[in-house]
Amino acid sequence: MNNHSTQTVTREAVVEVRNVYKSFKTVKAVQGVNLLIYSGQFLALLGPNGAGKTTLVEMIEGIQTPDSGDIVIMGKHWKGHADELHRLIGLSLQETRFIDKLNVRETLKLFASFYDLNHQRVEEIIDMVGLKDKCTAYVVNLSGGQRQRLALGIALLNNPKILLLDEPTTGLDPNARREVWSILFKLKEQSETSLILTTHYMEEAEQLCDYIVIIDNGQILKEGTLDQLLNEDRAEKLIAFTLEDDQHISNLDYSEMPFPVQWDTFGKSGSVALNQIEADIPTFLSFLKQHNIGLKNFECRRKTLDDLFVSMTGRRLNG
Amino acid sequence: MDKIIKYDQLLQLLSAHAKELLREPGVLFWGILFPILMSLGLGLAFTRKQDVIRDVAVITQHQKSISEADSSSPLQTFLDTRTERLPFQSGEPAQYKLVIPNDKLGNTTFVFKQATWDNAIVMLKRGSISIIITETGDGIHYHFDPRNPEGQLNYLKLTAVISGEPRPQTSDSNIEPLTVTGTRYIDFFVPGLIAMGIMMSCMWGISYGIIEKRSQKLLRRMVATPMKKSHFLISLITVRLCMSFVESSLLFLFAWLAFGITIQGNVFALLTLFLAGNIAFAGIAIFTSYHTARTEIGNGLINVVVMPMMVLSGIFFSYHNFPDWAIPVIQKFPLTMLADGMRSIFIEGAGFTETIFPIAILSIIGVVFFSAGLKVFKWH
Ligand SMILES: Nc1ncnc2c1ncn2[C@@H]1O[C@H](COP(=O)(O)OP(=O)(O)OP(=O)(O)O)[C@@H](O)[C@H]1O
Ligand SMILES: [Mg+2]
Repeated sequence: MNNHSTQTVTREAVVEVRNVYKSFKTVKAVQGVNLLIYSGQFLALLGPNGAGKTTLVEMIEGIQTPDSGDIVIMGKHWKGHADELHRLIGLSLQETRFIDKLNVRETLKLFASFYDLNHQRVEEIIDMVGLKDKCTAYVVNLSGGQRQRLALGIALLNNPKILLLDEPTTGLDPNARREVWSILFKLKEQSETSLILTTHYMEEAEQLCDYIVIIDNGQILKEGTLDQLLNEDRAEKLIAFTLEDDQHISNLDYSEMPFPVQWDTFGKSGSVALNQIEADIPTFLSFLKQHNIGLKNFECRRKTLDDLFVSMTGRRLNG
Repeated sequence: MDKIIKYDQLLQLLSAHAKELLREPGVLFWGILFPILMSLGLGLAFTRKQDVIRDVAVITQHQKSISEADSSSPLQTFLDTRTERLPFQSGEPAQYKLVIPNDKLGNTTFVFKQATWDNAIVMLKRGSISIIITETGDGIHYHFDPRNPEGQLNYLKLTAVISGEPRPQTSDSNIEPLTVTGTRYIDFFVPGLIAMGIMMSCMWGISYGIIEKRSQKLLRRMVATPMKKSHFLISLITVRLCMSFVESSLLFLFAWLAFGITIQGNVFALLTLFLAGNIAFAGIAIFTSYHTARTEIGNGLINVVVMPMMVLSGIFFSYHNFPDWAIPVIQKFPLTMLADGMRSIFIEGAGFTETIFPIAILSIIGVVFFSAGLKVFKWH
């Protein structure tokens, strides 16, 4: 049915964010962000606390309004099209409590009625998010992970064209996190839903999303596919090391260093990007030996988004 | 797609709000049991025939020689001849008891306590006595605060017995106790209690409910769907209305069974007034909760609205005891209008003609506050 040639030529943006700004009294939360999200794309907004992720996502959701700039969803602005757009969007907020004394099924039924959906859809969702054995439990008695899954279920009720999830896995243990991921993977296989997901977890962005936007201080630092981001400077591996306790960055003459070193804020550990492990490691080690530098810790690995973030901001994403 | 009323949505919202309310065990107590207990307590306290005991301090001239009857002291003579001396331990001042029996008003017992002036003043300050009797050469003197009705009453009763004139027996037969339905305290109190229940139910149920949902970000989550905001508010108000109808009916039922309270006026006027009261306070509740997302602030705001009316609107005691200039102001409070209207129907047998004015005003208050609140209402 689809005309293959047109599909590849014009990929349709479902969400367009154009030069958006938003400030609160003294805080510039979002400063000039541009974003395009395509149909079926899974996009991660990755950034530390206070980066402006929630603010940006809530502006796309129509919950907050930008100070300036445009947000266009499926060709429509929020103003005047709210009811229509609410039907296209599914979302979970960073923190929401539902009605404590309603049970899971009643809560889903309530939200289903807002979208004119029948009870069959409610049962489908209960299955999908794996809350079958909890469907008559009061929301107040759910565990944190179960509550997150309920929130996800509500977001998925209306088969949204665009799904916006604000930190859907924060506070979950690794297993629970993987369960959420697998629900989203299935969604990706079975539908054309676009996803915008915010997270602190780089693995989440790496595993789940095909486009990653790194954001800090309300600005986009870097964006692209995982490969694009990591291969940009063609150095995709690195050495991470920590100096021996009695040594410090100030003891070193780092003009003589064979490679540029990215130091952490304490000047105790650093990382070096490598082009070729086989050739570069011996060079590095002999430099250490020459200058009598002791190491406490030394590892060589593939670069991660966290390393990329450190190289851009000097801070880690989390922990 | 854009029907004015979406029945399924409305139904689900109604059921959600109702379940939320009914599954809260506190609701049953505060909404239903508490008003009934209050009417029971106050009803019993003020409706029973009362036997009272009053202490009186007496300072006789010859304090030191109490035991010797002194014929020149009319007060001592009175104590010795007319009263019953209570057994006492040596060293303690003497006490005398006098019972004035009265079938219709309840017995009054006076206990006369010998005291020094200083002791008597202390007792007066503590409120354990309201009158002091002294005796000087030129006769018996009564000391009491003229603004204290208790003191005045005791003065009147005591002069009658001490001055020796036997109380004319005929006076009692003139007294016709008004304990018929409609004139007792409980008849005054229950309609007011119903009015207060409506106010409390709206202010705490609607206002606090909204503020809590806003603070939990549930409100913003709900309006991020195609939910109709009007349906949300209508369902919340409707559930509250039904709840306060049940609460009021049960309270009335109880008061009817326990005290024989009846509705002497037009029942339909009463129902209309009840509805108008709910509209007024629902409107005020929406307005009160229009902005804040903090439950502590919400608490304060609700109290600011509720407290003055609870104290001033004559729920527990008639507001006619307040200064004259304040009364016209008090009468304009919605709770006063509602309570007075309810009383006029319950007690005075009023109908639509007498209550159409408060019904209209209360409805207008509700609509005005509701519209104003909705204009500035913060959903996010
Ligand atoms: N309503 C508000 N009033 C004032 N400041 C705000 C408000 N909302 C957000 N901010 C500020 O804007 C900045 C961005 O906040 P935002 O919630 O978007 O960050 P975030 O990336 O979602 O952080 P986190 O990972 O902690 O959720 C922060 O500095 C925050 O303090
Ligand atoms: Mg956030």
